[in-house]
Amino acid sequence: MTTTSPRPLAPSGTPSGLPSRTKAIDTEAWIMRILLTLGALWLLVGVVLPLIPMIGRSFHDTSGQWVGLGNYVQYLTTPSLVQSFLNSFGVAIATTLLSVGLGFVYAYGLTRTAMPGKLLFRTLGLLPLYIPPLANAIGLIFLFGNQGLVTKGLFGLLPGIDINLYGFNGIVLGEFLYCFPQAVIIMITALNLTDARLYEAATVLGASPVKTFFTVTLPSVKYGLISAIFVCFILAFTDFGVPKVVGGNFNVLATDIYKQVIGQQNFAMGATISVFLLIPSVLAFVIDRLVQRRQTALVSAKSVPLQSKPNPLLDWAMVIFCGLVTLFAVTVFATIILASVVKVWPYDFSLSLKNYNFGTVGGGGYGAYWNSIRMALYTAIFGTAIVFTGAYLVEKGRGLQWLRSVSYFLSTIPLALPGLVLGLAYVFFFNNPIWRIPFTGMAIYNPFHGLYGTMAILVLANIIHFYTVCFLTATTALKQIDPEFEAVSAAMAVPFYKTFWRVTMPLSLPAILEIGIYFFVNAMVTISAIIFLYPANLPLAAVAIINMDDAGDTASAAAMSTLIVLTSLGVRLAYSTLTRGLRQRSAAWLNR
Amino acid sequence: MTFSEQPAIANTPSDTDTVPGVATPLTQAVTAAVDRTTQAPYLRIENVRKTFGKFVALKDIYLDVYPGEFVCLLGPSGCGKTTLLRIISGLEQQTQGRVLQGGKDVSHLPPSMRDFGIVFQSYALFPNLSATQNVAYGLQNQKVPKAQIETRVSELLDMVGLGGMGHKYPAQLSGGQQQRVALARALALSPGLLLLDEPLSALDAQVRIRLRAEITDLQRRLGITTVMVTHDQAEALAMADRIVVMDKGYIAQVGTPHSVYQHPTSPFVANFIGVMNFLDGVVEADDTVRCGNILLTAPNNTVPPGQAVVIALRPEDMRVIDTPSATPVPNQVKAEVLGREFLGAGYRLDLTLEGNARQPIALEISANRARAMGVDSLAGLTIQLPPDMIRVFPKENP
Repeated sequence: MTTTSPRPLAPSGTPSGLPSRTKAIDTEAWIMRILLTLGALWLLVGVVLPLIPMIGRSFHDTSGQWVGLGNYVQYLTTPSLVQSFLNSFGVAIATTLLSVGLGFVYAYGLTRTAMPGKLLFRTLGLLPLYIPPLANAIGLIFLFGNQGLVTKGLFGLLPGIDINLYGFNGIVLGEFLYCFPQAVIIMITALNLTDARLYEAATVLGASPVKTFFTVTLPSVKYGLISAIFVCFILAFTDFGVPKVVGGNFNVLATDIYKQVIGQQNFAMGATISVFLLIPSVLAFVIDRLVQRRQTALVSAKSVPLQSKPNPLLDWAMVIFCGLVTLFAVTVFATIILASVVKVWPYDFSLSLKNYNFGTVGGGGYGAYWNSIRMALYTAIFGTAIVFTGAYLVEKGRGLQWLRSVSYFLSTIPLALPGLVLGLAYVFFFNNPIWRIPFTGMAIYNPFHGLYGTMAILVLANIIHFYTVCFLTATTALKQIDPEFEAVSAAMAVPFYKTFWRVTMPLSLPAILEIGIYFFVNAMVTISAIIFLYPANLPLAAVAIINMDDAGDTASAAAMSTLIVLTSLGVRLAYSTLTRGLRQRSAAWLNR
Repeated sequence: MTFSEQPAIANTPSDTDTVPGVATPLTQAVTAAVDRTTQAPYLRIENVRKTFGKFVALKDIYLDVYPGEFVCLLGPSGCGKTTLLRIISGLEQQTQGRVLQGGKDVSHLPPSMRDFGIVFQSYALFPNLSATQNVAYGLQNQKVPKAQIETRVSELLDMVGLGGMGHKYPAQLSGGQQQRVALARALALSPGLLLLDEPLSALDAQVRIRLRAEITDLQRRLGITTVMVTHDQAEALAMADRIVVMDKGYIAQVGTPHSVYQHPTSPFVANFIGVMNFLDGVVEADDTVRCGNILLTAPNNTVPPGQAVVIALRPEDMRVIDTPSATPVPNQVKAEVLGREFLGAGYRLDLTLEGNARQPIALEISANRARAMGVDSLAGLTIQLPPDMIRVFPKENP
């Protein structure tokens, strides 16, 4: 038995030939802290601070005198304004019932039956996502308006049907087209998350299909259903574009704010109505969060995907149902395009591109179109970078746990902020060269005042407006990445930002591109957040649609809508092509 | 200057057990295998405590790991072994106590400033980087010249038996191959300490057994101080120089595989490592224990007479007596066969001892032996409970 002489230990961290990896201070931890702080500051300035002057404004009159709850009292005692509040509710509830009801059946057909043409119906069902809601409204005018194709009975071939478009009916139809794809997306996701073994168990236990539906299917999609209801409610409750175009004399909160601010320059009342718009949205948001928190994973890694079995009766019923819904959406879409390329709807159907010559109408023409593209591009580039970095810091960061929790919370708030409210809040916050700090009598210069009236503030508003969905997408993608990567990197003394660049980002590329597209498409079609913010020298395409429609140039509005839709679809198509290329190149590490 | 492997130790650690089977006081610094005690410990865990809110994950842990030693932290899930490993690496901060590595206090250093390589159960290989790129990951950050990196990486891949596979991505490699890449990556910076967090648990049984031999061999060749976490006692017995058995946040026993197997100091360790029969009894005299109506000679007993005890005896340590002679051997008992289970290489018989019918006991014999005995129709047999194989533990008050 020999005993080893003590083996000379290599000095810690300096094996032969390798440089030392000891560092004087833990710079990495400091970089992390600084970035986390910057991220929280960004959300503070983008989300929280702007709300303060707006809410403050609702307690002042037009001349800036403190009136306490005066504005609220005035609002609640003005019958026409109270009526708007009820109208908004009515529209939102009707839209929600219609969108979630039909959306559920549609998604059920796509996920749980063996109906033919699933891919086609899926694509067409989600088509309205790329259409600005007010473009849909313009399509509805061409179909159901005073001179509409249906109203006039298809050139007198059929008895005309007047659905009284302008007002409640028109708004609900328009909002339906806007909310339906959102409901379908949520329901498809919820219905896809299931375990075939549950259904096998139900069958073995002798449950009828109806009983299985109520005891297995519905409970498993409960949370998706609740989410869809709240999302549709908020969208329909706060949307501005559709009521603006087909609302007629039927006032809702969103159009009231616009009239108060743009029409009467009554910012105080605009702020007051904004609060009325904000409260139900925030409530819906909070309830949804509380409900979703109770959700536990029904689907484990061991779940077996459900294979739908053919059932001719159900399958063909679904085809007819989905066909009808799709027919409606596609007809509206086709009408927008058709109306933009004919001479005089519905009298002269000879083809003409004169509507695309925006020279004779207001709104800014092609200048506005290019501005919108620029804005959407900036929003996509900067928004994606900020959202992804922010989500990374919250999800994978080390230390400052409380700050990461705060950042997470702030990142989810924008979902509850209606675009109009956000836009108006930005006006109050950024337009003011001097901030008076409430109750102190002190005032400081507004360091962000220089942003007002520039492209930058439009991009900023868009990023914040669509922040939450993107943030959650990024977070989901990051959660799927092995949490030990950071530990392994630290063991090799590789700083976190290098691993972020070399590993985390490449792995999240699909999600990153998805976020970029989402930002781009939404920035192209949005109106509510930017209608109060865009400066006169920066006309925008979506706003131009409103202005053209206001001026009676409905055909030009249709032409501009078509441009926006084609651009969004083009970007989506380019994305699909690009990602297919990417998938092929990364196939080596994606598949065996 | 080359990247040659660190000098291999001339001899492998002694496998003759010289550590006495006496109980080491719990939560005390423990004696190491003899051939290393002359050296200063490379890693010292001093009074480490970790709490998560009210939950105490680790209670006042002391542990010394000597240079070149392979130590296994073994215990059931939730015993704190992974927490201890994460504290050694700096991925988790201890609530109290110190961690010393190479004589330096590293208690409050972040992982990036400590000196270790780590392998996780999930491999944690970067899926978008090839095996070569994975192994080179840390070297590139150290600004090592490219040519040197290439040499070093191919050396490392050869070392783990993956020469020529460097261009493959993790998804193109089998689980065992991925874990080899992870091992090469952990060793790339020639760390002073190798940490293995259940490195074999995700692998198929056969791969696991092959890879555990290879890891042990590699560790011995490199002489790198290694701490491995595992819940698999067979793995710990096969690989470790010393095993640290943990339970509920404290160290239950530390010792060589042989000593913790043969001389467990508590029923917990006895039961956790290997299979163990337990019989309740009472100490009659210094070396005699009564179980039911049987009097057993137990020379290892240290419990004073009159106290309730648990005696422990491994199934494979019992002897079958084919032809009982007139003068019975010590602890000779007649037993009735309750059931039999074929284990492949052997049989397990479930027995009750004559005079102590209420406590069944298991016995293992080789398949050969079992066939010779006509095991299928066997109703009763005579066995011996070898006196020196019997452990006696004071009965814990419930």
